[in-house]
Amino acid sequence: MELPGIAFYLVAFLTMGGIYAILCLALNMQWGFGGLFNAGIAGFYAVGAYTGAILTSARSTAHLGGFDLPIVVGLICAGLASGIVGWAIARICVRLKADYLAMASIGIAEIIRLAIINEEWLTNGSLGISRIPRPLEAFYSGRAAEVVFVVFVWLVVLVTFLVARRLQQSPWGRVMRAIRDNEEAAASIGKDVQRFRTETFVVGSIFMGVAGALSAHYFKFFSPDATEPLLITFLAWVMLIAGGSGNNIGAIAGALAIWAIWSLTEVVTQQLPPDWATRSSYIRMLLIGLLLQFVLQRFRSGLFPEKSPKLRIGREN
Amino acid sequence: MIDFINFYLIPGITLGSIYALGAVGVSMIFGILRFAHFAHGDLMTVGAYAALTAVWVLGIPALAAIPVAIVVTCLVALVADKLFYKPLRDLPTIYTVIASFGVALILRSIVQTVWGTDSQVYMTGFQKPMIFLDTFRVATRHIQIIVATAVLTVALHYFLNHTRLGKSMRAVADDPDLAAVAGLDTERVIRWTWIIGAALAAIAGVFVGLDTDVHTNLGWNLLLPMFAAALLGGIGKPLGAIVGGLIIGIAEEACTYPFFGDSLIAPSYKSAVAFVIMVLILIFRPQGLFRGRLM
Amino acid sequence: MTDRVLDVRDVSAGYGKMPIIKDINMHVIRQRIVTIIGPNGAGKSTLLKAVFGLNQHFSGEIAFDGTSIFNARTADLVPLGISAVPQTHNVFPSLSVDENLDVGTFAAPPPDAAATKAKILDLFPDLKDKLRQQAGQLSGGQRQMVAVGRALMSDPKLILLDEPTAGLSPAYLEVIFDLLQQVRDSGVSILMVEQNAKQALRIADYAYVLVNGENAYEGTGAELLADDEVRRSFLGGGMAP
Repeated sequence: MELPGIAFYLVAFLTMGGIYAILCLALNMQWGFGGLFNAGIAGFYAVGAYTGAILTSARSTAHLGGFDLPIVVGLICAGLASGIVGWAIARICVRLKADYLAMASIGIAEIIRLAIINEEWLTNGSLGISRIPRPLEAFYSGRAAEVVFVVFVWLVVLVTFLVARRLQQSPWGRVMRAIRDNEEAAASIGKDVQRFRTETFVVGSIFMGVAGALSAHYFKFFSPDATEPLLITFLAWVMLIAGGSGNNIGAIAGALAIWAIWSLTEVVTQQLPPDWATRSSYIRMLLIGLLLQFVLQRFRSGLFPEKSPKLRIGREN
Repeated sequence: MIDFINFYLIPGITLGSIYALGAVGVSMIFGILRFAHFAHGDLMTVGAYAALTAVWVLGIPALAAIPVAIVVTCLVALVADKLFYKPLRDLPTIYTVIASFGVALILRSIVQTVWGTDSQVYMTGFQKPMIFLDTFRVATRHIQIIVATAVLTVALHYFLNHTRLGKSMRAVADDPDLAAVAGLDTERVIRWTWIIGAALAAIAGVFVGLDTDVHTNLGWNLLLPMFAAALLGGIGKPLGAIVGGLIIGIAEEACTYPFFGDSLIAPSYKSAVAFVIMVLILIFRPQGLFRGRLM
Repeated sequence: MTDRVLDVRDVSAGYGKMPIIKDINMHVIRQRIVTIIGPNGAGKSTLLKAVFGLNQHFSGEIAFDGTSIFNARTADLVPLGISAVPQTHNVFPSLSVDENLDVGTFAAPPPDAAATKAKILDLFPDLKDKLRQQAGQLSGGQRQMVAVGRALMSDPKLILLDEPTAGLSPAYLEVIFDLLQQVRDSGVSILMVEQNAKQALRIADYAYVLVNGENAYEGTGAELLADDEVRRSFLGGGMAP
């Protein structure tokens, strides 16, 4: 392959890798900081994708809007919409054992999926939403546009990372870790455990929505078939655990490493004989499933194990 | 009213029976191993496909293939426990939940790789419904499913309340530490929990195939109503899970009946019913109808 | 052959790598009540757990009925003839009283379970008309009876009790101690840890005082009750009764 080919493969890799990095940072807020299990990541992602798509796409008779709003407005609203869904589910579940939140979160993802397919006035059903813009489309086209977009995605990754780090190092982050590690002790020193948990779930949901909206801009088109919901949820989990739950750098590194492995499995399964090629996507899923088990058993603290942020005595209490 | 019974209630009880058989395992595993088993639906899928293979290879009817489905599914469950769940048993149970999520994916992708993703049926052709009193029309397969579930429920009740193993399982579900102090063999109880849970899941999987068709998302799609049923019945209360499954199955069908000229909800939102019930239970009565354990 | 049903020699045990009890020596003679008392954190429960294989043994020797049970697993001890009753959570709450008793036979079935159960119910007549009730719905004292009854169902030679009167009213405390004496008289040895030291010493045939994980005093219950030093330090002062 000539050099530009590789370079643009790299750009495409980094774009999706960056979107997954945001998902993974968001999941790290929920699971790494708060110990909250979210099995419905794809639902929050879809809410964000559709919110962004409807707000920023050109006017259409096929679905609500589009409202042709600026992309940044779309991203913010995508985050808010997803955050509201997260708030509703967290209100119900955070007081119970993590398993209940896990069950309810696949439930909410299922409801969102049903609504997207059935509410055609809103989402154009299975036909999906097209003409979703990308940033600075008027000025760049072709491969330059790809480069612009990957820069845009990584700017959002940077913002997400800074927010996550800020949260983790703040007194709020310390309380969250205390709750995660010993709920009773945290409650006994007068911390409102449920409020903190709800907050962490909502913040995570917001960024999952943002990641969804970014992918809608990347694909320029979004439909129920654009993504495999279980794959998104699952990859995000494998990425976070492999990268190091509780560590933001780890979340980004895990996202890139696992996305690289996932992309590589595609290359490998393409070498299979033709009658196996149709099954390659299932074999790839199987490999990722096995990878998760390996990571859970042998590599649990991840590439970048969690470190407690240094105490800065005198500035906080 | 006759229409309601024929076209909504009976199919609702059938669907509820399937949920019930799956939910028993979810409830028992949650009660004894203390985690929400996300791969339970995919155990059903495995059972359904094992039976399908037996139907193809041996040329037997689907009901006769159930023993094959049970053996295969039990083996799969025991292997999954040994390879993927047992190594995590000393960690917080949420890690096992994550592992089971992965097992769900592994099982499904194996099924997809081996059998492909096209829908299959156990048998083709139209079965004439049975007609009672000139008014009640019931499909033969519905009768088979409902009767079989009733028999299994009675057997399960006897097993849990009158056998040593059944009482041991309830004891471990109540308090695993005390069960260990009393000298009970916890690993044996866990093994039997998998065997019973997987066997019922296999039967439920075959029933789904009998009622509709066999496809690779068959079990995963039923996970939500099964979880809802287990919560409704109270965690660690297998018989409660059966009641929970029936309630959810009937509610899903009944909600699409035009009681007031219009159905309560669009049929395409049927699977939202389970979610709504789950949310209501989590808000108002997290211990379930039958005072299961709240964990 | 010795008449020591339990013999603990120079035992150190604890959790992880940390010994909590150090070089403990004690024994239980057949058909006796032996009580362990001592301040909080003295290692009383750790000693009980060490006997029952619930923590790490580091050094020493534990013999039960002449057989070494050093480093033995709990599941193997019940069939040998030891039962234990934890301090809290000692019944299966959703099982009926009858089923709780049944569970006691699973690890080590007695030759005649029905006869054993009848004998136990004679000992605890309060439970007779509550057999079908869920154990979780009983009062604290009745739960304690179910717990002890469950432990007796395997026909043990020795039962270990961790604070059998914790949380009970003074009236019930007397009832339980009374019952324990009857249990002893029926042929079972009892090793118990007690917080209500004075009352426990009154029914104890022999007693050990543990301090900081080590043997401090020992003697018959009456001797310890009469000892000024023990009274002042561990029995909340006051004159000898």
